[in-house]
Amino acid sequence: MLDQNRLTHLQTLEAESIEILREVAASFERPVMMYSIGKDSSVLLHLARKAFFPSKIPFPLLHVDTTFKFREMIAFRDRTAEEYGFDLITHTNQDGVRDGINPFDHGSSRYTDIMKTAALRQALTAGRYDAAIGGARRDEEKSRAKERVFSHRNASHAWDPKNQRPELWRTFNTRLNPGESMRVFPISNWTELDVWTYIYSEQIPIVPLYFARPRPVVERSGTLIMVDDERLPLNPGETPKQEVVRFRTLGCYPLTGAIRSDAADLPSIIMEMQASRTSEREGRLIDSDSVGSMEKKKQEGYF
Amino acid sequence: MSAIPATADNSLDLWLAQQTEKSLLRFLTCGSVDDGKSTLIGRLLYDSQLVLDDQLASLKKESHNRTVGDEGIDFSLLVDGLVAEREQGITIDVAYRFFSTDKRKFIVADTPGHEQYTRNMATGASNAELALVLIDARKGVLTQTRRHSFILSLIGVKHVVLVVNKIDLVDYDQETFDRIVAEYRAFAEPLGFKTLAAVPVSALRGDNILRLSENTPWYEGEALVPYLEAIDVSEDRTREKFRFPVQWVNRPNLDFRGFSGTVASGTIAVGDEVLIAASRKPAVVSRIVTMDGDLDHAVAGQAVTLVLDREVDISRGDVLSRPGETLDYSNQFQARVVWMNEEPAYPGRSYLLKIGTQTVPATITDLKFRTNVNTLEQTAATKVDLNEVATVTLNTDKPIAFDPYASNARTGGFILVDRISNATLGAGTIEFGLRRAQNLTYQSFDVNREVRAQMKGQSPRIIWFTGLSGSGKSSVANLLEKRLTAEGRHAYILDGDNVRHGLNKDLGFTEAARIENIRRVAEVARLMADAGLIVLVSFISPFEKERRLAREIAGDTDFTEVYVDTPLEVCEARDPKGLYKRARAGEIKNFTGIDSPFEPPENAELVLHGAEAGPEVLADQLHAFLKL
Ligand SMILES: Nc1nc2c(ncn2[C@@H]2O[C@H](COP(=O)(O)OP(=O)(O)OP(=O)(O)O)[C@@H](O)[C@H]2O)c(=O)[nH]1
Ligand SMILES: [Mg+2]
Repeated sequence: MLDQNRLTHLQTLEAESIEILREVAASFERPVMMYSIGKDSSVLLHLARKAFFPSKIPFPLLHVDTTFKFREMIAFRDRTAEEYGFDLITHTNQDGVRDGINPFDHGSSRYTDIMKTAALRQALTAGRYDAAIGGARRDEEKSRAKERVFSHRNASHAWDPKNQRPELWRTFNTRLNPGESMRVFPISNWTELDVWTYIYSEQIPIVPLYFARPRPVVERSGTLIMVDDERLPLNPGETPKQEVVRFRTLGCYPLTGAIRSDAADLPSIIMEMQASRTSEREGRLIDSDSVGSMEKKKQEGYF
Repeated sequence: MSAIPATADNSLDLWLAQQTEKSLLRFLTCGSVDDGKSTLIGRLLYDSQLVLDDQLASLKKESHNRTVGDEGIDFSLLVDGLVAEREQGITIDVAYRFFSTDKRKFIVADTPGHEQYTRNMATGASNAELALVLIDARKGVLTQTRRHSFILSLIGVKHVVLVVNKIDLVDYDQETFDRIVAEYRAFAEPLGFKTLAAVPVSALRGDNILRLSENTPWYEGEALVPYLEAIDVSEDRTREKFRFPVQWVNRPNLDFRGFSGTVASGTIAVGDEVLIAASRKPAVVSRIVTMDGDLDHAVAGQAVTLVLDREVDISRGDVLSRPGETLDYSNQFQARVVWMNEEPAYPGRSYLLKIGTQTVPATITDLKFRTNVNTLEQTAATKVDLNEVATVTLNTDKPIAFDPYASNARTGGFILVDRISNATLGAGTIEFGLRRAQNLTYQSFDVNREVRAQMKGQSPRIIWFTGLSGSGKSSVANLLEKRLTAEGRHAYILDGDNVRHGLNKDLGFTEAARIENIRRVAEVARLMADAGLIVLVSFISPFEKERRLAREIAGDTDFTEVYVDTPLEVCEARDPKGLYKRARAGEIKNFTGIDSPFEPPENAELVLHGAEAGPEVLADQLHAFLKL
């Protein structure tokens, strides 16, 4: 690269993301980085370490724990926090815990509303964060394709898609009125393939659930759900089967579909993805509810 | 840590290497409402096999009751992702989509055609290298086509493809295509695009998108995608001057102090000397730090942390360059602004200006003109409305470092933010700094204006005479100069006619030449005042904005505008040089008072009535007023 003075595609994306992260650190009083433990979060964390090196990441990482995350995710989270020594904040909606909210009895949308959306709002309000950095990408979903890098939220954390601030060049308007906040998406312009190739070339650690392995699953209306613990109620006659599966995206285990795959390492994942004819969000049960559901969620304060 | 199961896989590495070789093209679609921009992007995504099965299934369902092509799909639904957009069938905000072919990667911004959302089009254009300007073949070039094209030129998108769409609806007619292309080319000529190609397409049916269509045998150019794959838009930012806006001071402990930022342009190596724009202090780069290890040198686009060899005061907003290649550093400049808010821009209002990593309060001090997007004509204005483009002078509360946008987009583009609502109100591109002299004299000389003025026992000032030809400006100036000289003061007259014979003999009488004429004289007057003189400038200077320019250039030098107000009839009766007679006879064109207007000054410090008293009396009045 340096002999030609030309940056590669990934180097360009990396530099742009670093610039955005630094802009957040320099412009906001109480930034926080959303840490969802998935591959995009892993990339974001890696970029943040690079952005501020040799300083430590100058803001905390926030994980909203819905209590139904895969166990391997939580283990990975704690290992990673220890290894890199960043400031980790976890938050769970205690009202939801008290009311025993779960995706089985209350339905996926009510459960996510309470344990994810409301929980996030609680955490952001409690921390008085003025900027929350997230790992969303524009290629993930149609309403995300429309969102700014610095995405303004009013005092109730809502996004107004019809009235976004113009965003010229890389000159970001970071100013806020009291109570307002910003969502910042440093990897907006990355594609899923960029993320995987970056993980590969930078050797970034990710949760092993992304790699194919025999796992206990049940199949429900075409979706493979992993039986991660005893809380998953089995239907009459249903028994978990060991199948070689992996996940393209990670979330709450009862709401995340696995795919049958032999891709047990990064090169195989990248190759498999190239050949794939479905999108990564297909595995997320909450997005397929209806057209425009993501937009609605974002207006309500979902990330 | 869990080890990554990364097996050495040659074929993958090979494939990755190929991906790395592919260049990236960032482009946008723009043009008027309903010209088919979103449909075209949807078509591009579909044809490059990027619409995945699950998306396709829901798309087909949704396309029910909409305009569809042979595939049964309304392609615009692939990009119009907001609920309101799908309901209304229009695009409201930019959608960013990604696709790649065997030859290239693309990031496309699909922007709205609706005038109300022009700011979102500008958003999409600001990071693009190429624009597809769409036209509905049935409608031809529309106001919004022109407006978008003008904004493209303002933002500096240099490559344009005119996409004449819906060619299926005009029976693939060559004449229609040729006519539209000719009209557009004529309009776009002054906009200075580097390349301008035109292609007839049907986004809905796919003609001339991936490959040439049989329906347009007369079309001799390339299909759209092959053209986009091949076009060279590269601009080697590494060969420009080195610019490094400091974004964040990196201070993990007392032993390390680095300056984090992105190299905006040029290159930098360890051992190179840099200069800080604001303080003009030099330093040498001792380390270029990244988490992957120190670098020997860094190039445009790289995000790094620079460590310097000495303790210098640097904070966010400072810009580093090389000595001898410094940026402008000034608090006044001329810029073009595109306004993006319902509440118009007015001269005198204070906004926050953000340029690179610097944020400062700024005021529009002069609204020079507005540009009509249809005709590109420049018209006088007192405010800038939503979606309008104007040329203005901006004053910042403290000096900022910048380059003209034409020479460096990263250091010459800015946004204006409302100080109360914090909304982004507009965006601008700097044309040039207005106080270059200040920049160069910034190095503090031991002998300065105060010292020189003290030696002469006077306070330097500029006295600017304005008035019709024959109004008595020169006579009054002459008498005043004599009197000042007799009193032992040092004065000098800059006279319009005399300067035209020397310094400005290369200038004619066009609008631009006249402004340049005034600019030079004002600069000279300022230099003379800096040298300690009392400068008397005797210039017709018929236009308010020219006089204001002179005042702006004078900066903190005392500036007195004297309007010698003598009625035209009186001047014409005097006609000391016979000029009025020749103008009346049509021998002189654009003569002030005859066929060119004189705008009476609104801000003159003193008005002398030339018809009511002789020059001696007027000179006395002036002398008394000046209280020298
Ligand atoms: N016959 C025909 N119809 C087309 C073609 N391209 C677009 N259309 C139709 O034109 C209408 C407008 O298309 P859009 O793609 O939404 O237009 P747009 O330029 O994106 O509109 P805005 O973003 O709202 O400015 C739709 O009904 C399309 O189906 C074409 O090539 N041929
Ligand atoms: Mg559209």
